[in-house]
Amino acid sequence: MKNRLKVLRAERDWTQAKLAEELDVSRQTINAIEKGKFDPSLPLAFKAARLFEMMIEDIFQDEVNS
Amino acid sequence: MNKTNAETKTNKASEAKVIYWCLAWLLATAGATFGPELLWGYGTLITSIGIAIQLAIGFGMIWAFKGFLLAMDELQRLIQLEALSLAFGVGVVVGISYELLEDVKLITFEPEISHLIMLMSLTYVFGLFLSNRRYR
Repeated sequence: MKNRLKVLRAERDWTQAKLAEELDVSRQTINAIEKGKFDPSLPLAFKAARLFEMMIEDIFQDEVNS
Repeated sequence: MNKTNAETKTNKASEAKVIYWCLAWLLATAGATFGPELLWGYGTLITSIGIAIQLAIGFGMIWAFKGFLLAMDELQRLIQLEALSLAFGVGVVVGISYELLEDVKLITFEPEISHLIMLMSLTYVFGLFLSNRRYR
């Protein structure tokens, strides 16, 4: 699964630690998601969508369909 | 205090709890193992109490570890799951083979459970190292 977390974070000039703080997860988790090594759960994806005020599919894209 | 600091504090507190329970369990195990011979001369009542205490502290350690897992985020939990399942799998497979070695007379000594626990502990640490590296 691809995602735009790194871009969205950069647009807001946030560090990984700041995003981790906003989403209540560890910095390691944000790093692993950004690098595509770990796919977040649905609740965490919704949380990210709420934080960035976007639809989930605007942040996370299924690589099979894209 | 921001959320991450609060989260980190919760994780650290849960981690400290597990460490204290592990140390208490080790002490209780040592007491239950060596106490009968060195301290109270195999008295049935006090030996039974020693083992009951060791068992109760063991369950406390399990409860503390559960709290430690619940305080983690989803990736940290996945890392623990991978390490624990590796340790459990290696423990079962190697444990059965180890026991078999004595049954078929390939080794002359009695297999010790402590050897298995050491192997599982080392496998768990190795599993944590591998998983942490994978998700770095």
